Amino acid sequence: MKSILLNKGIAARWRGPLSVIAFFGLWHLAVVTGLSGFAELPTPVQTLKTFVVEYAGDSVYWDSWVVSFQRVLIGFAIAQILGIPLGLVFGTSARFRNLFFPVFELLRPIPPLAWVPISILFWPTNESSIIFITFVGAFFVIVINVYDGVRNIKNEHMWLAQSLGASRMSIFKRIMLPSVIPSIAVGMTLGIAITWNVVIAAEMIASDSGLGRMTWEGYVSSTPEVVLIGMISIGLAGYLSSITVEWIERRMMPWVEHR
Amino acid sequence: MPAPPVPVEQMDTTRLGYLSVRNVEKVYDPGGVNVHALEKCSLEIPAGDFIAVVGPSGCGKSTLLNILAGFDTLTRGEVFLDNELLAATDKSPTPGSDRVVVFQNGALFPWKTVLQNVVYGLVVQNRMSESEANERGMDLLARTGNLDRIAQAFPNQLSSGMQRRVEILRALINNPRILLLDEPFRAMDTVSKTTMHQHLLDIYDQYHKTVFFITHDLEEAIFLADTVVVMTTRPGTIKLRLEVDLPRPRNRDTITSQHFLELKQQAVTAVHEEAKKAFERGERELA
Repeated sequence: MKSILLNKGIAARWRGPLSVIAFFGLWHLAVVTGLSGFAELPTPVQTLKTFVVEYAGDSVYWDSWVVSFQRVLIGFAIAQILGIPLGLVFGTSARFRNLFFPVFELLRPIPPLAWVPISILFWPTNESSIIFITFVGAFFVIVINVYDGVRNIKNEHMWLAQSLGASRMSIFKRIMLPSVIPSIAVGMTLGIAITWNVVIAAEMIASDSGLGRMTWEGYVSSTPEVVLIGMISIGLAGYLSSITVEWIERRMMPWVEHR
Repeated sequence: MPAPPVPVEQMDTTRLGYLSVRNVEKVYDPGGVNVHALEKCSLEIPAGDFIAVVGPSGCGKSTLLNILAGFDTLTRGEVFLDNELLAATDKSPTPGSDRVVVFQNGALFPWKTVLQNVVYGLVVQNRMSESEANERGMDLLARTGNLDRIAQAFPNQLSSGMQRRVEILRALINNPRILLLDEPFRAMDTVSKTTMHQHLLDIYDQYHKTVFFITHDLEEAIFLADTVVVMTTRPGTIKLRLEVDLPRPRNRDTITSQHFLELKQQAVTAVHEEAKKAFERGERELA
């Protein structure tokens, strides 16, 4: 019995790395056997070689990381700073909600990339328009989640706070805000993923820098190694952002048991 | 092992908590359809008595509790607590720390520790400094089954029974005149329920607060209460009032005693007769 449990633990620890290795193995196999579609692609080893020789020491490559991360962070942060209060107001003021929620709902279904042309026209620099589009990507998700969080505050909690003599301000600070934190966390998790989606596409369309641009240039210059290096970099960047957000969420909610 | 008595300066020694419900009616009006949730509901509860309200779901017992707690309005009638007007038609409902509710599904604040939950009322009312409040909270936790060992735990780390005990203490620490318990043990298994009954009775014997306890379990009601009130549905009204003269302190021997069984038999017969009458009247209540 004990050894089965032990094996299970070891298996769980190895499954992740194993699947990553298998992924690269299959990729290698597909290229080597000339599987249709893979003919023009480099093997993982070739890609790694290109990376080590041409990119690992290249400041332009690392600048792409910095630029993309900056865009994501700024867009994401502004989305939080504006989105959380707006969601709170939507949730607490019926008058405000009746006035502005219809407009919000009209804008919400517009995909962030559909904002590209108008934001290039509107914003003075390319940089600001890309950040704006990134912001749009996270903003709506955060507002909706916070609003939902306010609506789902337990009546019992509000009643109890009133019974126990809490003032309106204290109810807002000590009951409403903490109740909404889990919803803010959900908004952050979804928001950071969308932000990376959006920033890459926006860079391909409207920028001359960043990981998205680098990937696109690899395609235009017919160097599939660059495309693949770009894609893997984006994957890693997104993953890093996700675990950072998760780390922040844990600190925001010490009372929630995490896996 | 009986806990040491509460210091005089901490708890009111004069008996407070005389509740008088006079001809209370509650009509909900969703979209013009009048729903009589309560009709001609009258009830006198002497200070320090334990009253259990029994009835099927939808009989208006929670509505009555919400009116007492100040969460809901009433359509007609009055409620007095120690001869002060608590609720009336022309009075907007006011919740207060003298009537704290323990809810059916539990309502501890999940983001606060056990201790923070217990002292919440004392802190928001600015009755004392936070450190004084914490001290008093720890004292109460320690005096109630050594709960001080879980003071720093978060509610979701506790069993539902533990959570309910903490909730009762959160109400109790405010020195309320009446404790309002809305089916607090409903979702529990039989064993936990029995344990919780004992804990509640211990607290009752120790502090002698007026208790307004809602349940749909007749046996639970008889075991705990001095008076059992049976309500029926639509319009919610009080059909029966049974005095339970079982001696206190009560324990598991009480349940097996001849007198308990007699009382239970009596109550079941009475409820059954009411159900039969209702059935013959063609009403969908009790049965």
